[in-house]
Amino acid sequence: MQGLLTDAFLTSLVFGAISAGIPLLLAGLGEQLSEKAGVLNIGIEGMMLAGAYVGFVAAFYSSSLWLGFAGGAAGGAAVALVMALLCVRHGLNQIVVGIALTLGVEGLTALLHHFQFGRTYPRLDAATSLPIPVLSELPILGPALFDRHPIVYGAIAMVAVMAFVYRRTNLGLDLQAAGDQPAALDVAGVDVVTTRTAAVIATGVMAGVGGAFMANIGAGLFIPFMTGGAGFIGIVLAMLARGRPLWVLAGALIFGACLSMTTALQVAGVNIPTDVIQMLPFAAVMAVLVIFGRRASLPAALGLPYVRGAR
Amino acid sequence: MTPAATARAARAAAPAVPLVELVEVTKRFPGVVANDRVDLALRPGEVHVLLGENGAGKSTLIGILSGLQEPDEGEIRVDGRPQRITSPRHALALGIGTVFQHVMLVPTLTVAENLILGAPWWRRPDKAGLAAKVAAITDSFGLAVDLEAVTGELSLGEQQQVEIVRALLRDSRVLILDEATSMLTPKGIDELGALMRRLVARGLAVIFITHKLGEAFRFGDRISVLRLGRKVGEIPPERLNALDEAAATEEIVRLMFGAGAGDPDAEPHVARTLAPAAPLLSVRNLTVSGGAGIVGVEDVSFDIAPGEILGIAGIDGNGQKQLAEAIAGQRVASAGSVLVDGKPVDHFDVGARTRAGLRYLTDDRLSEGTVGTFPISLNLLLKRIGAAPYWSGGLERPGEIATHAEELVKRYDVRTPSIETPIGKLSGGNIQKVLLARELADGARVVVFNKPTYGLDVQNIRASRRRIRDIAGQGIAVLLISTELDELIELSDRIAVMARGRLAGIVGNDEGARLRVGELMIGAVS
Repeated sequence: MQGLLTDAFLTSLVFGAISAGIPLLLAGLGEQLSEKAGVLNIGIEGMMLAGAYVGFVAAFYSSSLWLGFAGGAAGGAAVALVMALLCVRHGLNQIVVGIALTLGVEGLTALLHHFQFGRTYPRLDAATSLPIPVLSELPILGPALFDRHPIVYGAIAMVAVMAFVYRRTNLGLDLQAAGDQPAALDVAGVDVVTTRTAAVIATGVMAGVGGAFMANIGAGLFIPFMTGGAGFIGIVLAMLARGRPLWVLAGALIFGACLSMTTALQVAGVNIPTDVIQMLPFAAVMAVLVIFGRRASLPAALGLPYVRGAR
Repeated sequence: MTPAATARAARAAAPAVPLVELVEVTKRFPGVVANDRVDLALRPGEVHVLLGENGAGKSTLIGILSGLQEPDEGEIRVDGRPQRITSPRHALALGIGTVFQHVMLVPTLTVAENLILGAPWWRRPDKAGLAAKVAAITDSFGLAVDLEAVTGELSLGEQQQVEIVRALLRDSRVLILDEATSMLTPKGIDELGALMRRLVARGLAVIFITHKLGEAFRFGDRISVLRLGRKVGEIPPERLNALDEAAATEEIVRLMFGAGAGDPDAEPHVARTLAPAAPLLSVRNLTVSGGAGIVGVEDVSFDIAPGEILGIAGIDGNGQKQLAEAIAGQRVASAGSVLVDGKPVDHFDVGARTRAGLRYLTDDRLSEGTVGTFPISLNLLLKRIGAAPYWSGGLERPGEIATHAEELVKRYDVRTPSIETPIGKLSGGNIQKVLLARELADGARVVVFNKPTYGLDVQNIRASRRRIRDIAGQGIAVLLISTELDELIELSDRIAVMARGRLAGIVGNDEGARLRVGELMIGAVS
């Protein structure tokens, strides 16, 4: 065991936890936003994958990571728009539509990738980092946390932004009302459909950026089906954290650490089948659900379409 | 003179221009005309009372005024100008505030947050400014709200005050109070009445929906009566002043319940003489505790003789369902007892009561009465699954089940393609027939009907009513719960009226029963 806790191992573990955790964080924050407004967004996995593909293509042809993220946001938002139209405006079943969107995007991105790149998987250049003075000199934490691409800082800052929106703005009240008692929001003079649509599209943007991060920074390439359930972990994170963005961050880091265990253990030269390690986050999901799941209280109108004047 | 009467006298000379006016407004829903050419004027300084039974169209009218629904025909005028009200936001902007029957507040937010809801979304909540504005309103109208309290933890009366404050915060000129007293204590009702008087003294128009005639007189300036979607009468302030209470009561009861404008499908009641016999169903001091916002049953007693139909009248939600379920054994009674043929069945569960001959036809036909995806044949045996001869050693005997179903389907004239058809695909009337066939099988002695014709078409209503009469003709004791007075008058031998979980009285069904039941229903007599 002593050989495990070397600096190299820890650095690689924390670095990996952040890399794997950022997409989960963005997915979790996005899902939290949708759920707060009363929409169970199962399509988030599809939004991430669309973001990963469009983001990669944009970055690949423009050689700009920033345009890649913009593309990712657009890709996620496009899928979210379909979800909002079908589920919020027309009141279709959110679970069915969400699963259909995820499966559809999986097939579509795989197909498009095949036409464009055949069997090749071109790589992007490694992301240039923006080291934060002084902090990036810290042992272990420095290189893992403070010497990263600015999008990492941005994603973590989103935690504070979302907390501010929920606790300190009228928008936060609108969102909570849309999830807990949409009829009350409607008679207060705020359109429920608009509020929920905005929430779902913002979710798509966050999930799309998360997907683009996985492709462009995490892996540096696009592989079909590469999100591998990250969106679903985001749903679990949102359910466990309820309305608290900080809990999503904590959860994302824990799950990220599980995911990065593979590489970290290899660096440490421990030989465990990677399949076992890759099971870790999902086993962790189930453990966490068993332990905390019962207390997770969700918005009262979650998953229910709102129709004005329906009795 | 009461304060309302004084105010009425002061204004009778100078009638005010209506703030909001509905002109010939019609609203149709599939199969029903909820509002049929209704005129309604809301004048400043006036409490306008809307009276009407369930289904008279009051809620639809409120929905139209508050922007939840748009009328199919007719015109809405605001300050004399034609105006569409397209959304709740629009209604608020026009100065129409609504306190709905069911509280429209977010239970998880604080009172302050609920009051802020609807402010521009990009701003930060202005709690200090809100507190100042709320204080100004609560001081001048004698209201009390705790801004920091979590809304869901307040009593219904307190939540209602919050809603009134919210309407006043939005500078409402018209305040709609939809059945605002139904959940209040007598003291709360008095306070609300006093508040209404203060509001109209400031020049607001208040529209107050109630079932209680006493409240209408105490707090109202003008009374409009709705019946089956039509406005059947309006008593303006000067007439209301001139009439004494007894004369006004008589006029309103006649408008609301009098024959003539009633249900054209109802057949006349044929009085029957029953041979004296020991009661088949006796209910003694039955008490069932209610819940949050649900009326229970309090100290209800009655007897039903063999072959007799006892009707239970009352505004929906006054404990009728709780009474029926307590008799059927689906709800635990906290006191009192139920006797079938003189023998108590209080310790019997639902199954044992069924075997004792006590049967209950729920009004919730699809979710409580049947399993929609099961075939008719199984639904007919739903309460006897596993019993011989239809099951043997835990295995289905399809032949027996089919024979049983075929016979009942024929006898009760269930219109269905086959006995294997999932019951959810049948019409309401045919589902009702299946329920009836199931409940009447094997020795029914007492049958409790809860709203048996609710949601059926005219033909099936007639057939159902005929069947209820036939059942009683076979010597079965029938308890008939209905919110349709015409139905009760047509079928019952006696009619009991339920109000707030108690029996307000039992009247024999003879000449004038309609008006006496009506009086009991709206609390005109006690």
